[in-house]
Amino acid sequence: MALTPFCSPPPSLCSSFRSLRRGLFLPLLQAYPYTTSKGAVPMPETALMALRFEVLGRFNRARAAQLTLPHFVCQTPLFMPVGTQGTIKGLATNQLEDIGCQIILGNTYHLALRPTSELIDELGGLHKFMNWPRALLTDSGESSGWKANAPYTRGVYSNPSMCFTLAYFGYSCYINRIGADIIMALDDVVKTTITGPRIEEAMYRTLRWIDRCIAAHKRPYDQNLFGIVQGGLDPVLRDICVRGLVDRNLPGYAIGGLAGGEDKDSFWRVVAQCTAALPEDKPRYVMGVGYPLDIVVCSALGADMYDCVYPTRTARFGTALVPEGVLKLKNNAMAEDTRPIDSTCACMVCKNYSRAYIHSLVSKDAMGSQLLSYHNLYYMMQLSRNLHSSIVRGKFPEFVCNFLQKMFPKGDVPEWVCNAMEVAEIDISSCRARFRDD
Amino acid sequence: MKFVVKALSNGTARAGVLHLDSVAAAIDTPSLLLSTRKGLPLFTSPDLLSSFPSPDSRLLHVSPLHFLEGLSIKTISKIGGLHQLVGLHDCGFAAFPRDSIQCLPEATATNKTGASFETPCGRLLIKPAEYMEMMSSMKPELWATLADEVPAWVSDKRNKTSVDRTIKWLDECIALSPVSGAVFGAIVGGSSLEERRRCAQEVATRNVSGYWIGGFGLAESMDERPALLNAVTEALPEEKPRLICGLGLPEEILQGVAAGVDLFESTYIYHLTLEGFALTFPLDGTRINAPNVAGIDPRKINLRATVFRKDATPIVEGCLCYTCQNHTRAYINHLLNVHEMLAQILLEIHNTHHFLGFFGLIREAIKAGRFEEFRKDFVRSRYDGLVEDGSEPVLLAR
Repeated sequence: MALTPFCSPPPSLCSSFRSLRRGLFLPLLQAYPYTTSKGAVPMPETALMALRFEVLGRFNRARAAQLTLPHFVCQTPLFMPVGTQGTIKGLATNQLEDIGCQIILGNTYHLALRPTSELIDELGGLHKFMNWPRALLTDSGESSGWKANAPYTRGVYSNPSMCFTLAYFGYSCYINRIGADIIMALDDVVKTTITGPRIEEAMYRTLRWIDRCIAAHKRPYDQNLFGIVQGGLDPVLRDICVRGLVDRNLPGYAIGGLAGGEDKDSFWRVVAQCTAALPEDKPRYVMGVGYPLDIVVCSALGADMYDCVYPTRTARFGTALVPEGVLKLKNNAMAEDTRPIDSTCACMVCKNYSRAYIHSLVSKDAMGSQLLSYHNLYYMMQLSRNLHSSIVRGKFPEFVCNFLQKMFPKGDVPEWVCNAMEVAEIDISSCRARFRDD
Repeated sequence: MKFVVKALSNGTARAGVLHLDSVAAAIDTPSLLLSTRKGLPLFTSPDLLSSFPSPDSRLLHVSPLHFLEGLSIKTISKIGGLHQLVGLHDCGFAAFPRDSIQCLPEATATNKTGASFETPCGRLLIKPAEYMEMMSSMKPELWATLADEVPAWVSDKRNKTSVDRTIKWLDECIALSPVSGAVFGAIVGGSSLEERRRCAQEVATRNVSGYWIGGFGLAESMDERPALLNAVTEALPEEKPRLICGLGLPEEILQGVAAGVDLFESTYIYHLTLEGFALTFPLDGTRINAPNVAGIDPRKINLRATVFRKDATPIVEGCLCYTCQNHTRAYINHLLNVHEMLAQILLEIHNTHHFLGFFGLIREAIKAGRFEEFRKDFVRSRYDGLVEDGSEPVLLAR
């Protein structure tokens, strides 16, 4: 495998652009020699893709689309539940279909460990192994496993390229054997709360690695390799990374490195910058998002796909997702409450069970986790469906206002949401309390 | 509730039909009561319940003790009773406090005011008045009167007290009886033949719709059990149904059927599921051809075993349960290894399905008049060629 020379990154231009304000004034950068195809392996014009992305409706930056993948035809915006180890905790595959899940995540690192990618391959791939007929996406294992254990993280090493070769050689085998419809490139992720040259290093490394991912990818006809934009919270780095990835003409792009504790104001700006710069005709996936509010904002800014452990994890802690925000079923007040979790929800749990009954189950019986996970995922799928249909029917601003009014009945919509909606050109003034200063 | 005996085999084993208002179809007996926790199965979610054979899976056991820790009587009444509470309408609930999985009678703490149980919430004492309030709010289709169950090793005096107390509580419960629900009189008596007979005779004189036989599965041996069971059933009128608690293993169920019991609560499925076992004994009535390979258990398989890592076959070929129709042994092996909840869900579904099939075989054998033959065959074939693996005694411990 040819090793590209290790190029030292150009001096950072962060200081010049620290005053970057509302979104989308992108600096007119000279094309850095590095970001053109020097040493990179560009995808041919007739890019090998295993998907089709057709935009069916728009509202300013938001779009509703049909994403055709080898195993399923999906409607975006969509939320993808996380099934790290080949299962969504506590739910059977037919329930996931009933709820309306379109794509599920699996984790390459965890599955490579147990039951091993060779075994999954031998048994016909992950779809067959877990009997999930719809689409699958495998991530490398950002927050655990892969990155934590790759050699370069453990202190002194001589040639990072050499280490990558060792790490990646395994990775490409694993992801091809597991056989998901979408496979995420191996990227170098750092927490957004970290500052300093490490972020720049990670961004450039991600770019170098994407070429090797492309070269090692053995199944471009039925597996889509998505590149991941890194660069921390620095707009200059993000821009370099976006351009580098777009040059490679990949089937889809993800915005990574977020959802890690950064403040919301920085978060939405990075999403806004990236969605503006990524191609219109390819899906955009914001990784690790998350809260329903974040999904609505990112969709308004032009993102299409999301994943997060939040809905299922919070279910196991006894918290239900409702239009008003969250409902903590463990709370003693729930013991006498005979209403359903959410009277507007059409799921099996809300149609049959009272808050009092679920309260008696949560944190004591497995059934409690199951029922809440079911409801929470149904809520997220319904949110996805509502986003898609409201954009297609031209009612997206009404949907957003309705959503915000329910969540912030007193009109106290957070500042960051207001700023983001301004950039997305969606008028949410009807949801905001008027502050009379005069 | 209506119960009719349709067939007898070998004198005492009977096949009958149970009609409950809430269940559309008639339930054939001998039948299994599915174990629940707060009214729902432990792992099988309600939308998957419909995949079980019907109506044999429509009888559910509920213990009122489960609700003492989080749901008040007032709230249950406000919601409208068990059916509304757990969202299951086409099924019948049988309510009695003992839940052989988690709420076992604590004979040392039971006193003249109430029955004590060891539960996950600690020790609970339940008095007849309180108990009847729960029955009124839960509105089960059938319920048992409060009993003082004692293990096999207690003194004769304590055993006698338990019988007197149980009869006294029976009368108190009947006096406080709610309007709906069929009352099953509780019968105890430990491991004393005279006490068992005495209790059964007393309860037989009361105005009850059926009989709940308690005190079994509390350390009496399998050898002494048949005589004790017969001492009870011989004293009871034939036309009323008998429900027993605490017989877990298939062989124990067969003992109960032979003595003339109709309804069974069993912990077998629960223990199998938790330990990673799936039932595999053949359900087509054929003799199990136990292979000569030592260590292979023809009754059940433990899906944690590495031999199943790549086994892409279902647990039982041809089984119509959700698990076997959708998943492989390899997948369940993986789920067990990574400690995923779905493993227990899938195992409980298969084991319930399979165990219900076993009850189907029992009913067929009785109707064909060859129950004793079936029973002897079944017991013998389960041990033929088997290496003693020590797994079954664990299940017998409780």
